[in-house]
Amino acid sequence: MYTQAMDTARSDDARKPVRSAEDLRMEERFEARIAEGEFIEPRDWMPDHYRKTLVRQISQHAHSEVVGMLPEGNWITRAPTLKRKAILLAKVQDEGGHGLYLYCAAETLGTSRDEMLEALHSGRAKYSSIFNYPTLTWADVGTIGWLVDGAAIMNQVPICRCSYGPYARAMIRICREESFHQRQGFESLLTMMKEGTDAQRAMVQDAVNRWWWPSIMMFGPPDDQSPNTAQSMRWGIKRISNDELRQKFVDAAVEQAKVLGVTPPDRDLKWNAERGHYDFGTIDWTEFWNVIAGHGPCNRERLAARVKAWDDGAWVRDAAMAHARKQSSQHQEAA
Amino acid sequence: MSESRQEWPLWEVFVRSKSGLDHKHCGSLHAPDAKMAIQMARDVYTRRQEGTSVWVVRSEHIVASDPGDKDMYFDPAEDKVYRHPTFYALPKAVDHM
Repeated sequence: MYTQAMDTARSDDARKPVRSAEDLRMEERFEARIAEGEFIEPRDWMPDHYRKTLVRQISQHAHSEVVGMLPEGNWITRAPTLKRKAILLAKVQDEGGHGLYLYCAAETLGTSRDEMLEALHSGRAKYSSIFNYPTLTWADVGTIGWLVDGAAIMNQVPICRCSYGPYARAMIRICREESFHQRQGFESLLTMMKEGTDAQRAMVQDAVNRWWWPSIMMFGPPDDQSPNTAQSMRWGIKRISNDELRQKFVDAAVEQAKVLGVTPPDRDLKWNAERGHYDFGTIDWTEFWNVIAGHGPCNRERLAARVKAWDDGAWVRDAAMAHARKQSSQHQEAA
Repeated sequence: MSESRQEWPLWEVFVRSKSGLDHKHCGSLHAPDAKMAIQMARDVYTRRQEGTSVWVVRSEHIVASDPGDKDMYFDPAEDKVYRHPTFYALPKAVDHM
């Protein structure tokens, strides 16, 4: 999982004027290649702003995968059965792998893993707002699979056609692995709803009540408040707008909620025959911006857990490097 | 700068999906040495039986053609259609040749 349309950089880096005639010519050729549907590869010429936008988006996406392991990892030791524990372990391991694919894709643009981690650990880089909410009950794990992974998949499928080759390839791999994430979540909830006790059904409904709106926010701010969307669309970094994806997600999730037997916490949800879509209530964007700004329920806890894991692991990384150096010098002496 | 600030080197990973097929590039990872690179490649790239064999090679050891030379390098083959079997029209009776 877990990209968020995090077009949240609020045009801090608006495009600078092109400097020379040579740059202009290169940029025209670049835009023509993208218009032709060609992929851009790491060593190809690209405008600085294209590179910067991708580094920001891919690294935020990678951070989201890695931080995304924390809320669910919280439940590994408390999964109700061995089967659910094995499934959850596999899912969390996948998220770690997805982070790795994405960090590697970002590194092809000339940034380093250490730089990206430093940006995350210092709080400069963002990650998906959704992971700053707590996982209070076991039903949260299933709900994250169903709604959060569901929203992420909807966001991610179009990125498989991103104009930047390494990002597109990483996304294809991720999407292939991801559909199990959503299905296992839905199946876990369905089991509780169909075979569970009243208390378990209430637990599922409560989890849905808490995750519904944050999941819908995962698609990012409305189109008219997404300053970078137009440019990203033109460059083939983004293919479908935030609002369009959000609508698609709501339409799918409402039907799935019926199968599950839960009620989404939105009184304004109503089928609109004219539009052929569900109408839904007003999103509390103040909450979204607050969470992005670091004031969600778990922002500090999540970041502290990441920093601690990195710091506590330093001796392992150092020892592995020292061992590798020693082995290679012994090898050279023997030769 | 402390040792822990030093990144593990980057490796490119190639996976053979099943015997009889060639190894195909599938991604990269950081690892301190070849042995760990192989183990981590197994964990990261073959969690769903995607492979039966893994190669890793230090990224810095890969030599690549220059994208700027693409036209000069590869276009000369464009007008040599006689290198393809379809260039030769044969009578139907022997066209499976």
